[in-house]
Amino acid sequence: MSAGANTYDVAVVGAGPAGLAAAAITAGADLTTLLLDENPTPGGQIYRAVTTTPLKEQSLLGEDYWAGAALVAETKASGAEIVQGATVWSLDATRELAASWAGTSRFIKVRRVILATGALERPFPIPGWTLPGVMTAGALQTLLKCSGLVPAGRLVLAGTGPLLWLLAAQLLRAGVRIVALLDTAPSANYLRALPHVPTFAVSRYLTKGVALRREVAQHVEVVRGVTRLRAEGQGALASIAFKAGPDERRLAADVLALHQGVVPNVNLAMAAGIAHRWHPVQLCWVPVLDAMGNSGIDGIAIAGDGAGIGGALAAEAQGRLAGLAAVAAVAPERLARLPDRQLLEQALARSMRGRAFLDQLFAPPRWSRLPEGDTIVCRCEEVTAAQLLEAVGMGAMGPNQAKAFLRCGMGPCQGRLCGLTVTELISNTRGVAPAEVGHFRLRPPVKPITLAELAAMAHTQRAVAAVVRE
Amino acid sequence: MFRRLLEDAGQRVRVTIDGRPATARAGDSVAAAMLACGLPYCRTTPLSGQKRAPYCMMGVCFECLVTIDGVDNRQGCLIEVSEGMRIDTQLGRRAVE
Repeated sequence: MSAGANTYDVAVVGAGPAGLAAAAITAGADLTTLLLDENPTPGGQIYRAVTTTPLKEQSLLGEDYWAGAALVAETKASGAEIVQGATVWSLDATRELAASWAGTSRFIKVRRVILATGALERPFPIPGWTLPGVMTAGALQTLLKCSGLVPAGRLVLAGTGPLLWLLAAQLLRAGVRIVALLDTAPSANYLRALPHVPTFAVSRYLTKGVALRREVAQHVEVVRGVTRLRAEGQGALASIAFKAGPDERRLAADVLALHQGVVPNVNLAMAAGIAHRWHPVQLCWVPVLDAMGNSGIDGIAIAGDGAGIGGALAAEAQGRLAGLAAVAAVAPERLARLPDRQLLEQALARSMRGRAFLDQLFAPPRWSRLPEGDTIVCRCEEVTAAQLLEAVGMGAMGPNQAKAFLRCGMGPCQGRLCGLTVTELISNTRGVAPAEVGHFRLRPPVKPITLAELAAMAHTQRAVAAVVRE
Repeated sequence: MFRRLLEDAGQRVRVTIDGRPATARAGDSVAAAMLACGLPYCRTTPLSGQKRAPYCMMGVCFECLVTIDGVDNRQGCLIEVSEGMRIDTQLGRRAVE
């Protein structure tokens, strides 16, 4: 990993489907392209460890996963400089990035930036969600893909969203016993999804989704209409309590996988100053972009789930479109040998088909987004819902005031695991729209870095003279 | 709490966890290796001393912060194990030595 140059035509942040596709396009047009990714191997979360997974039996993870191998190969062959284990911690309007890898930070100046930072799982703040043994569904899937590791004890899955069902199917294929799948999707979701049935019916999701549900329901007790979910235990998960219809139930459990959808990973884009709006259906912040993924800041585009949740195939198409936009800006004469823009736009439209139905069907309920009492909202600083509401009562009008009152959102995760909860709780308490409440003001470094990484940078003599006393 | 689907897959990597020898597999993250070895938690919180274990496994939650080769606050889920690596659970608040 000896990325030497500190200037490139294009920097792409994130090597999931969007970032891989974007870098393949720009590098394929002979633009100097730097692809920075935080993980040890390319693929993002969806194609996590696709080049290194010990699970070679293709049916286990499914064909949609293995499609990622071709994309990784294409990008590696494109000539893009790919750096794994790189954390991008700053980006400004002059398109200067700061990134750390191999123990050193660097500043990198580029003509175009394509952010492909993907998605993260929506916070699921229930009582006991900080107990060891409680993890996200995505975390279990990552352990499966990277290491072939599966839960050995009593496993319960809870929440809503396609990933929960996919994970259940993958674990079943691996021979893992699942005690129960607790479905928290409210029954009203079915009615809200109804108007979107026609487009869903002609999407690729229909047959896949139906087959997946059938596969899971054959082997696992699926409990519908679950509410009042809580994880219980002293220092580790011991049981899960919930309400299903009129019944209170309790299940002994060693591992609980929580999931209620994915949301854009906005930290770097927000810190760069890119405008975001509240998405009233997906219940999260999405960046304000044009049709090619360009943000309001000249030369910075966003592609993939970070631009709004669309899934892997949409991300790949968006990545290629953002790549084309970068080539059009830097070397338009090279566009002729690249894929056709219209075909990509059609592919994007096709892959987005059925998404509106899924958004409604799997929408998370209010109770699992608006915690109460002693339930922890901010895991890092151990701030509870009651403390946050008390701060609002004392005049904390938004997330940034909540920081001053409680340090809420000021721990190492920088609001990634509490930001949406804080916004929605304050919005709900004050009776104003989330857009009016806003999000934490995010600033670089968007991830914690060490002083050693900064000290290890190549410094000018003048900079050294300014701080070193003879 | 976790088991490996393929007992033989992957090259064995020798590490220590809290000073005790442990075996991981090439490609394991530090957090995965700790879970595979049956560690009940990987850190206690600086505020109240609550036990925490890896939660997201994708670099966003910072619950898997551990000490790796003497360096505190490393994200165990983003770093792969390597031969001879010293992994230590991280108890409470960090201090400057």
